[in-house]
Amino acid sequence: MKAIVTVIGKDQVGIIAGVCTKLAEYQVNVLDISQTVMQEYFTMMMVVDTAKCSQPFDTLSAALADYGQNHGLSVRIQREDIFDAMHKV
Amino acid sequence: MINQNDILSTIRMIDQQHLDIRTITMGISLLDCCDSDPKRACEKIYDKITRSARDLVKTGEAIEAEFGIPIVNKRISVTPIALIAGASDTEDYVPFAAALDKARAETGVNFVGGFSALVQKGMTPADEKLIRAIPEALATTELVCASVNIGSTKAGINMDAVGKMGRVIKETAALTADRGGLGCAKLVVFCNAVEDNPFMAGAFHGVSEADRVINVGVSGPGVVYHALQSIKGQPFDVVAETIKKTAFHVTRMGQLVAREASRRLDTPFGIVDLSLAPTPAVGDSVARILEEMGLEVCGAHGTTAALALLNDAVKKGGVMASSSVGGLSGAFIPVSEDEGMIAAAQSGVLTLDKLEAMTCVCSVGLDMIAVPGDTPAETLAAIIADEAAIGMVNTKTTAVRLIPAPGMQVGDTVDFGGLLGSAPVMPVHTESAAAFIARGGRIPAPMHSLKN
Repeated sequence: MKAIVTVIGKDQVGIIAGVCTKLAEYQVNVLDISQTVMQEYFTMMMVVDTAKCSQPFDTLSAALADYGQNHGLSVRIQREDIFDAMHKV
Repeated sequence: MINQNDILSTIRMIDQQHLDIRTITMGISLLDCCDSDPKRACEKIYDKITRSARDLVKTGEAIEAEFGIPIVNKRISVTPIALIAGASDTEDYVPFAAALDKARAETGVNFVGGFSALVQKGMTPADEKLIRAIPEALATTELVCASVNIGSTKAGINMDAVGKMGRVIKETAALTADRGGLGCAKLVVFCNAVEDNPFMAGAFHGVSEADRVINVGVSGPGVVYHALQSIKGQPFDVVAETIKKTAFHVTRMGQLVAREASRRLDTPFGIVDLSLAPTPAVGDSVARILEEMGLEVCGAHGTTAALALLNDAVKKGGVMASSSVGGLSGAFIPVSEDEGMIAAAQSGVLTLDKLEAMTCVCSVGLDMIAVPGDTPAETLAAIIADEAAIGMVNTKTTAVRLIPAPGMQVGDTVDFGGLLGSAPVMPVHTESAAAFIARGGRIPAPMHSLKN
């Protein structure tokens, strides 16, 4: 299943490394990454594949949110379908 | 890859603009639960609901987690109980409400609706017993909702039932006086009630529906409000287009959730109800949308026109986003559940008369309005009759959910808490309608009901 990970927060060293390590822990494969920094604010979006994820989706989601909270970031994972549904006709 | 701006806009809608799925409602037919033994009938009702909706809450929570979209309520609607209880040999229908409440607690859903009777043309003995049981049923159960349909464009208005409902509302308020008349917040009087409404307190599962069905109600006044903030001063054509686009996005999300819930629960998908349902939270108000269009306060002259545009644009935007639209679909204007409406009512600008005019062009009716506790039953009945007449003549659903707050006067505020919010007590006309209500009988259906 494809999902979108979004990371938003103040720019700092090691955001990508940290989030990717967390994803690797859960056997989540990163397919695509894009990121920008606007006025010190870091925004990253990743397309990931959760097919081989070792844990249920809500556990993964909670782990990422936790990681974000500890690092002053908002990290969330949502199934890709919701963005497709809302923005594609 | 999906456009970054689209992803961020979805996240903003959810995080900052209160976008949510208001409810996933499972409609369950109880027609196979009829039994001459009332105790046995209640057991069958409990069994069928708990069996059918066993995984409803769990599934809702799973979808919430995976899509990252809040699903505020999981609810159940059932066949109007008067139709089921009518088969039982009993005078007392309160145990049926108790069975619904017990099943509600077991399944963990937020509300169960359908302690209902459809009496637009006439009342069966079962309908009369159900209406008689409403005050006690609402006072003794926690989260069971009742509704009575007293009129329709096809049948006219059953004025005997209207008179009865005035008294039932008073009695319900008296029995729940210790909670500000809370029972009345769970009681809706309809004209042209719909059979697939997922919203409470008026939800019931119509007899023409399948055995089980999933209906979803979306929300999103905050999203529309934010969208309008970016087009200040522009003409109404632009306003309408902006609302349509926003409603499209919101409804698509509802459609996705509805399909997913339907698949996981192995239950047919019914409808998406494209309603703008406000909450008492700041930034989630329909009144503030109307004010954003250029009105100083909701209730000022121009409010009805603004609401007409909003209601129409929401439908036009939403209808293409879902394969099946139904329910009430439009803008709700409950007073106690809308932060902007509460403020407008408190300031005295928004009156009952203006609200009545607004109900001609919005999706439902006089909703969650507190009136003085000493308002006579006949006056309540006359308000219901007025509202039903609007629905009957305009071929639309209208509803009345009034709370004659016991012991309270104009200027007081009733606080229900949670999504039900708080309502400032609004003045009603004190001139009597007693002789009008005492006539009884039926107001005939309008000429345009004869379409064949």
